[in-house]
Amino acid sequence: MIVETGHYALVLALALALVNSILPAWGAASGDRRLMAVAPSASIAIFGLIGYAFFALTYAHVVSDFSLVNVVENSHSAKPLIYKISGVWGNHEGSMLLWVLVLSLFGAAVALFSGSMPQDLRANVLAVQSWIGSAFLLFILLTSNPFARLGAPPLEGNDLNPLLQDPGLAIHPPLLYLGYVGLSITYSFAAAALITGRIDAVFARFVRPWTLVAWICLTLGIAMGSYWAYYTLGWGGFWFWDPVENASLMPWLAATALLHCAAVMEKREALKIWTIFLAILAFSLSLLGTFLVRSGVLTSVHAFASDPTRGVFILAILVTFIGGSLALFALRAGGLKQGGLFAPISREGALVINNLLLTTCCATVLVGTLYPLALEALTGDKISVGAPFFNMTFAPLFVPLFVLMPIGQNLAWKRGDLIGAAQRVAVAFGAGVVCALAIAAWRGGPVVSVLLSGLAVYVIVGSFADLGRRVFASSANVGTVVSRALGVPRQALGTAFAHAGLGVTLLGLAATGWGAEKILVMKPGGRVAIGAYELALDSLFSRAGPNYTEIVGKTIVSADGRVKAVIEPATRFYPARRMSRTDAGIATLGLGQVYVSIADPGENGAVSARIFWKPLVALIWIGALIMAFGGGLSLSDRSFRIGVARRARKVAALPQPAE
Amino acid sequence: MLWLIFALLTGSAALSILWPLIKTPRGLSQGATEVALYKAQIAEIDRDAAQGLIAADDVESVKADAARRLMATETPARTPPKGRGSIGRFAVPAAAFAAPALAIGLYWMIGSPTLPDLPLEARRAASPERNELMAAVAKIEAHLAQHPDDGRAYEVLAPVYLSMGRASEAVRAYSESLRLLGETPERLAAYGEARVFAANGAVDSEARQAFETASAKMPSLAKPRFFLGLAAEQDGDAASARRIWSALLAEAPADAPWARVLRERVAALPDGASPAGADAETQAGPRASPGLAAKIEAMPETERAGAIRGMVERLATRLAQNGQDLDGWLRLVRAYAVLNESDKARAAVSDAKRNLAADETAIGRIDALARELGLEG
Repeated sequence: MIVETGHYALVLALALALVNSILPAWGAASGDRRLMAVAPSASIAIFGLIGYAFFALTYAHVVSDFSLVNVVENSHSAKPLIYKISGVWGNHEGSMLLWVLVLSLFGAAVALFSGSMPQDLRANVLAVQSWIGSAFLLFILLTSNPFARLGAPPLEGNDLNPLLQDPGLAIHPPLLYLGYVGLSITYSFAAAALITGRIDAVFARFVRPWTLVAWICLTLGIAMGSYWAYYTLGWGGFWFWDPVENASLMPWLAATALLHCAAVMEKREALKIWTIFLAILAFSLSLLGTFLVRSGVLTSVHAFASDPTRGVFILAILVTFIGGSLALFALRAGGLKQGGLFAPISREGALVINNLLLTTCCATVLVGTLYPLALEALTGDKISVGAPFFNMTFAPLFVPLFVLMPIGQNLAWKRGDLIGAAQRVAVAFGAGVVCALAIAAWRGGPVVSVLLSGLAVYVIVGSFADLGRRVFASSANVGTVVSRALGVPRQALGTAFAHAGLGVTLLGLAATGWGAEKILVMKPGGRVAIGAYELALDSLFSRAGPNYTEIVGKTIVSADGRVKAVIEPATRFYPARRMSRTDAGIATLGLGQVYVSIADPGENGAVSARIFWKPLVALIWIGALIMAFGGGLSLSDRSFRIGVARRARKVAALPQPAE
Repeated sequence: MLWLIFALLTGSAALSILWPLIKTPRGLSQGATEVALYKAQIAEIDRDAAQGLIAADDVESVKADAARRLMATETPARTPPKGRGSIGRFAVPAAAFAAPALAIGLYWMIGSPTLPDLPLEARRAASPERNELMAAVAKIEAHLAQHPDDGRAYEVLAPVYLSMGRASEAVRAYSESLRLLGETPERLAAYGEARVFAANGAVDSEARQAFETASAKMPSLAKPRFFLGLAAEQDGDAASARRIWSALLAEAPADAPWARVLRERVAALPDGASPAGADAETQAGPRASPGLAAKIEAMPETERAGAIRGMVERLATRLAQNGQDLDGWLRLVRAYAVLNESDKARAAVSDAKRNLAADETAIGRIDALARELGLEG
């Protein structure tokens, strides 16, 4: 009963989305208030219906209703409850359902929190959001229906891919989708602005908080995914330049550019074309990512549910939405009014450079991702573009970005003073140089690592240079300093934190150069030294989990004869799928980590072990958390709330992930 | 309860469209927002200037920019939005009606409202016998997961799968047992049979090869010969089918339960003069059931009937979802006739004609079949 009503709710959501695609846009075109007013209530209802459908599918997974093909293929009655729930989106059909759920969540959030928007803009935004929703609901119902039923249900399911049976699955996809799909709202805003023909500060003001929300979630989602890959794939890496990772990195780069660009457009009415273009680009890259992952053109760790017949459908959606918006863009771009003027050396100018660098980064990633696919399609040769390509192309673009970041922060709007700005970041520059020299003298090590850590320190200090100078300016009176510090706009504070977070991540990346790696065969009682630590394999034993058996290598980590940590790296076997996965043992010591993964337990009681010492590695993810925190600070700035008459309302509130 | 939830969902969807008619919308015009925005912006410029984000001598010109934009918005020359008496009064209720209608139509096509939720716990509690069988199957499956080379276990499992309607798993189990235990005529024949079930009654080349090998090894075995006859019939080679089946009948023990049915089958072959062994009883009897492919096989093991019914039901479900499959309909009508369910057969004939109404040759073939099976009137 619940299952079938959920199925019906999904169909009803499609019907409602179709209505919502037409009426509000028609109303906005003809100036009919009633038609426009359908959009908010319908958007909320669509979210409610898809939410109910999602609940129904979750229910079916939780109670192991094997009359659903989706449950049979991806669940198992012995699976722990958390994986029964997260397994809902650990497969193609369910993850598409989560996709439209997040899409409708953003639609509903705009309906609820954007009361101060001009009615016709809001009607068009929600209509465009419904176009996307209709297309994907149709895709789900026609090609990937999670509610497909079986007349003769089996008594047991096929279980979930073991790589996905991890707490990471509970958090990573919902977060990533909040970011990925959240960019749909910037796309809808851009399309709506193009349709209404008013591309101005109002548009920029309303689109910024949504971009920020999506960007925060995307940042956290990518970081989470990278940590997950780090501890489950068992070879100690955290970023593989895998096409699926690139698919999430490209929208992030575009969204970062958009975030900066929209600020210029809002404050100074400049860079309009860029802003609209980036808003379209960001979501187009999300769609491209969805296509790459969902169509099965790639075969990678993420391609857990691929079906080539679906590819064509998504490709059609992709072409329609990207092509349609670009056509609209071409049609309207000519008629844009000239915005505020600015000198080349100014905050605006710095943001233009930021945009150029970020979009070029994005383009290199795009090339690196699509080139192998195109080559395979044309010639049949299978090549893999990996870390060397990206290190060669990506790094030369990112290094100037890091160098310019603190300088840009110190430039004034409209007309800046480069020498003044350079003087202001001199302290930061000095800190970076001193740090690099100190590290070189103390640790030595690879030159790249030394230089990059210097750069990272420069970025971290430089991010706060401007704020510090203002807060501590001339007067040393404690009272003034405190009141000044409290008076700093949260947006400025957010910027500083986000930039510093990037520096922290860079420091973590730079430190990989001082890491150590050993691959060896170990027997219980064996000892090995790595970094400053000594590892002893205490015992090897097998253990039964709920739906797997594992061989655990209890390892004791000690330094100077004292036990620092006990870790239990394991290799697990899942009989239902006849697959194994490793579960790395990680001991976080300070900011560094000892990482052990074991494999292939042999007859003679020995295992092959990969052992890493990774100094400061935790900073990579801590940096991402700081970036997201900065985004949150910025989002809470009062300037994002716009008071119209007495109906002051919050423009944006961080939407809660549903279910 | 089910229908109550359907009604509630439909009602709330319609209500969400009708909302603007219930509560008169109060929207903001573009002008109001812009004015507020630029006023806020001018205030913000002061804030930025105080923080040193804008050079002191630029403050005025930046402010002037914003003020210019503010003034440009304060004379909105747009037509005021319409409220009452507009197209919305008709379009909104029409959409509120159309959306549920569309949803019900689409759900009718793809949903299965009659299928209840089947949580595992409830199913276990509901049918302890079936549960025991399934538990046994699960036990053997678990055993196989640990010992994938136990051919005996596959051999035990395969017919159970077949009787549960899991034909493709039966195929896999038989092919494993063939691989592990070696080929015997019986095993090959059973494997071929499972393949035929998995292919909804069609004898594919792989199955045919299995039957040929089995028949060559042990010519007296009836099953492969029956299926080879069926293969010939499916190829349109009625003469070969008749030859194979007649030979089979001639050798059949007098009390073989399948002999009578096979005779009827032979009689139903095109240009069907009755074969040598056919007796008067068949000639005189009602021409009810040709097409007995499955039933013959069901005779020795009564459980098979369940499997066949399962197959027929699946076919019916598939056709209910996609009715453009003429061969499927012909097979379904025949199957019902075989199962002596002439009401269902008649219903299937009319369903098929409705689905394929546009295709005249298809209608012709359906009518011909109905005549042949005596389903008219």
